[in-house]
Amino acid sequence: MYNFTFHRPTTVRQAAGLLARNPEGKLLAGGHSLLPVMKQRLAQPSALVDLSQVEGLTGVELKGRSVVIGAMTRHADVANSEILKEVLPGLASTPGSIGDPQVRNRGTLGGSIANNDPNADYPAACLGLGATIITNKRRIAADDFFQGMFTTALEEGEIIVKVSFPIAKKAAYEKFKHPASGFALVGVFVSKRGPDIRVAVTGAGSNGVFRVKSFEEALAKRFSPKSIEGLTIPTSGMNSDIHATPEYRAHLVGVLARRALAKATA
Amino acid sequence: MAKVSMTVNGKAVTGDVEPRTLLVQFLRENLRLTGTHVGCDTSQCGACVVHIDGVAAKSCTALAVQCEGQSITTIEGLASDGKLHPMQEAFRERHGLQCGYCTPGMIMAALDIVRRRGNELDEHTIRDQLDGNICRCTGYHNIVKAIEAGARAMAK
Ligand SMILES: Cc1cc2nc3c(=O)[nH]c(=O)nc-3n(C[C@H](O)[C@H](O)[C@H](O)COP(=O)(O)OP(=O)(O)OC[C@H]3O[C@@H](n4cnc5c(N)ncnc54)[C@H](O)[C@@H]3O)c2cc1C
Ligand code: FES
Ligand code: FES
Repeated sequence: MYNFTFHRPTTVRQAAGLLARNPEGKLLAGGHSLLPVMKQRLAQPSALVDLSQVEGLTGVELKGRSVVIGAMTRHADVANSEILKEVLPGLASTPGSIGDPQVRNRGTLGGSIANNDPNADYPAACLGLGATIITNKRRIAADDFFQGMFTTALEEGEIIVKVSFPIAKKAAYEKFKHPASGFALVGVFVSKRGPDIRVAVTGAGSNGVFRVKSFEEALAKRFSPKSIEGLTIPTSGMNSDIHATPEYRAHLVGVLARRALAKATA
Repeated sequence: MAKVSMTVNGKAVTGDVEPRTLLVQFLRENLRLTGTHVGCDTSQCGACVVHIDGVAAKSCTALAVQCEGQSITTIEGLASDGKLHPMQEAFRERHGLQCGYCTPGMIMAALDIVRRRGNELDEHTIRDQLDGNICRCTGYHNIVKAIEAGARAMAK
């Protein structure tokens, strides 16, 4: 790991100031994506701005017809949130499937979506529920936030403060876990909130998380696994690596979407 | 260099470290607490698991400076008055180890399972919750038995 200076602000404003003064600096949340990359010397931030002492960045809160989760809320705390398990169990189960218990004890919502790993779970939940990402500067719809693998709409020095998830009556996540890494080989999040139907896929696309419009249209008539029986998605744009072929990934999208629909409508 | 102070196994400690010093390096090299092991250094194996403010974490994936003001427990902090912790004793009794390299991490992870899931643990839960701890020797069988017994013994 290259060396860096270390800062521990206590407010979002201070954190933003530190980033402005250290243009090569980076935010540090749970460190479970950033530190491994720094160990490999694939990243060389001149400064780390640790968000752990910043007030007001943690917690799961019910606000009207949405659940608002602080950026620094750990995966384990989201998974175990009693409020969330009650009003939006499909979302609670998503961080519960991340990595292993030790990873879930450290990793955070904000870190995960800022990183936007193409195999990460939270991006599917954000896009699959039509969440709003709230930063220190603006509100960004999930549809605009995720812009390809490891790429987001975040600007230089922009800090995610919280994420607002609308409460969908029906929502579920199904993931085919890579047995070694725990990441999603493919993961599908489905939801229905009134007329708004979403099917979001992580792990499969070579350009990160995406929505499956053909499935969504088919589900508009009836939100049920039967509605997408026999539907397939094209293999172009599917990721290909030693773990799975594009054909296999495309196949898994259909299988997992049907399983998620069965779970959401059970 | 940065100054760091934290509580380790109940004692206040301070040190001068480079910000890039990992918690596991600080424990092993500065404090000479070599019970915490480094198996992979890539956040996979769990040999480095310690408790940070009572919660299990991989100490190869945390900076010492991140733990400023926090309370760390390592495997060395479990025994008291020369008596093994019930979870350690269960590993000894049930032969939950062979080479012992993974053992400190296994025990620290096991205590976290008890914290989250209570003292009555079934095999499925234990295996599932040991997802982040790799053992190259035992085949896990006796580790699982040891954790089941250790968790029960802790309730007494
Ligand atoms: C062994 C292992 C297994 C894993 N398995 C999975 C898995 O199955 N599924 C999965 O989804 N993930 C998995 N992960 C990744 C894990 O979820 C990470 O915790 C997460 O991706 C990053 O969150 P973090 O809080 O650790 O962020 P960090 O590593 O601290 O930061 C990641 C990036 O986000 C930026 N950032 C952090 N917070 C903010 C913020 N508030 N605003 C703007 N930018 C910010 C940082 O500058 C950095 O660039 C795994 C990780 C490990 C080590
Ligand atoms: S050494 Fe930390 S997880 Fe392997
Ligand atoms: S006992 Fe040897 S690695 Fe587990």
